[in-house]
Amino acid sequence: MNAEEAAPAGPDLSGIPPELSRSMYRDMLTARLLDDEAIALQRQGVFPAYVSLRGQEAAQVGSAAALDTATDFAFPTYREMAVALTMGVDMVGYLASHRALWHGGLYDPMESRFGPVNAVVGGPVPHAVGWALGESLRDGPGCAIAYFGDGASSEGDVHEAMNFAGVFGAPVVFFCQNNQWALSVPVEAQVAGGSVAARAAGYGMPGVRVDGQDVAAVYEATRAALRRARDGGGPTVIEALTYRVNPHSTSDDPGRYRDPAEERRWRERDPITLTRRALERAGHADTDFFDAAETGARAFCEAARDGVGNAPHPAGSDLFSHVYREPTEALRRQQRVWRDEVGP
Amino acid sequence: MTELAVPADQAATATETSMQQAVNAALRTLLAEDPATLVFGEDVGRLGGVFRVTDGLQAEFGDRRVFDTPLAESAIIGLAVGLAMNGWRPVPELQFDGFAYPAVDQIVNQMARMHYRTRGAAPMPITLRLPSFGGIQAPEHHGESLEALFAHVPGLKVCAPSDPADAYGLLLQSVRADDPVIYMEPKARYWNRRAVRLGEPDLPIGASRTVREGRHATLVAWGAMVHRCEQAAELAAEDGVELEVLDLRWLKPIDTDGLAASVARTGRAVVVHEAPLTAGLGAEVSALVTEHAFASLRAPVQRVTGFDVPYPAGPLEPQYLPTVDRILLAVQRTLEF
Repeated sequence: MNAEEAAPAGPDLSGIPPELSRSMYRDMLTARLLDDEAIALQRQGVFPAYVSLRGQEAAQVGSAAALDTATDFAFPTYREMAVALTMGVDMVGYLASHRALWHGGLYDPMESRFGPVNAVVGGPVPHAVGWALGESLRDGPGCAIAYFGDGASSEGDVHEAMNFAGVFGAPVVFFCQNNQWALSVPVEAQVAGGSVAARAAGYGMPGVRVDGQDVAAVYEATRAALRRARDGGGPTVIEALTYRVNPHSTSDDPGRYRDPAEERRWRERDPITLTRRALERAGHADTDFFDAAETGARAFCEAARDGVGNAPHPAGSDLFSHVYREPTEALRRQQRVWRDEVGP
Repeated sequence: MTELAVPADQAATATETSMQQAVNAALRTLLAEDPATLVFGEDVGRLGGVFRVTDGLQAEFGDRRVFDTPLAESAIIGLAVGLAMNGWRPVPELQFDGFAYPAVDQIVNQMARMHYRTRGAAPMPITLRLPSFGGIQAPEHHGESLEALFAHVPGLKVCAPSDPADAYGLLLQSVRADDPVIYMEPKARYWNRRAVRLGEPDLPIGASRTVREGRHATLVAWGAMVHRCEQAAELAAEDGVELEVLDLRWLKPIDTDGLAASVARTGRAVVVHEAPLTAGLGAEVSALVTEHAFASLRAPVQRVTGFDVPYPAGPLEPQYLPTVDRILLAVQRTLEF
């Protein structure tokens, strides 16, 4: 699917409760503005680098909105800011990862039920399967969702994880955001056969392709996969077709590897614009709502920007604090060296 | 074979036990005492493991607590990480040491760092059981010594028992600990029986054990090499050379104080391991002795190790692994220095 082939009508919100469709719009818009803030923070030198999710808001918000944040658990990689936002993660703590205050972020991943930021892109996928198996071993209600991209889909861990999930019937959703580019390598040079969803069949589970710019379609597909998992039906692969309209990171230069016309075509299918039109068409929202959503999003982003910008550096002793639950005497000895020779 | 001395008050309950039986008994104890404990890996369920270490556990505790996984080492450790994040206490097995390499990303980048990455929110109470070391003339990749690799990784703890009693006690400690532990089982010692009493650990995590006292030199070893050092000490004693044998037991953390105290008594140290020489753990032991017992040293620390070659095929293995003769020659070099 490319930008032109997708349904021109945009999201069909008829099956989505109006309040939910409005909250998904709010989250998408907030994520967009926060993404812009983060890029600005990088330009100002506050963040050493940032990875933009622009263009992927519907895929992230639509899937996260389907989760039950009381029971489910999401395993992100590093471009899932809108998932974090939708799940209610402390966004100052989340952005702290991009400010390089702490690799995994400063939010509590167990409390948030949103795993730590993880830069080994296939690495957390088997964790999601383990978490899900752990849930079914105690007959718990929760499901896991593993976020990864078309690039990560080449990682052996993703394949091993899918096979394990299929064998164990684990309640897990493999949510692939196929944003067409694994840094500089296009999906056709990354994914043999062209479809991540098609791989599901080989692992004994359904694979679903969905328009990743269509928040309603993403939400419905994720909800169906979660319902199936919760009912004991096992795992599902969802491949959301979307596009990374910005560079891979603030250090990247897409001019070296892709045609700007392709970016422009996808920008025209902007998921936030599509959702706004759909809300208007469905009669779910009026101008007052859109104005309030923007005002609210701007206030949220300002607070998050100030919060992360003003967050203190971690204490030097944090070098040692979390390496072990029970630190070794050897590490304590090294900490004394640090204290005496480097100093807090 | 030298039997461990059994103290008189324990003799009544001491029984002939192999390390394979001791690890099995420890897993049984652990599964019984904590319903969060899970045992899984390749062939550990119905078969009871290729070394029968998990024999009978699935029948006793059910296939939710003890289960087979598909053959994929990285996913086995990844599964353990996810299970730990959902409140379980996983005890995965990787079938042979050489097959830990495919799981190194999950061990190093994920399991060892998750507690750090999450600032303590996600403890990793995982014990990876790894049948380790050589001595059984196994095919390639079925005999490796990975202790230096794992001891180098922040966040991991590493131990290797040398006898059935320690195998039992160290496994209880490893699994009950809330940090990830690499528990290296010396394959060559699985079937050797000793009259021992299996009981609660009598030493803290990180403590070494003096398995034989002596005053002329300290032999430092772990795993199967402890027994070889005991054999060397037995022979040396016939010539009036009294060798102390220190079983490190824990390779991370290493018992620096115990090591220094022993060398302070003997003035000489020979470290013995199966792994290749260069950047092996013998170098770490040697450095620790130099840093903490330099004034007591009467000779440079000697290393008796495997050579810087891959673990060789069967007939060459005895020429690769440290022999009693090589240990004694190294002792002689320290005595004649």
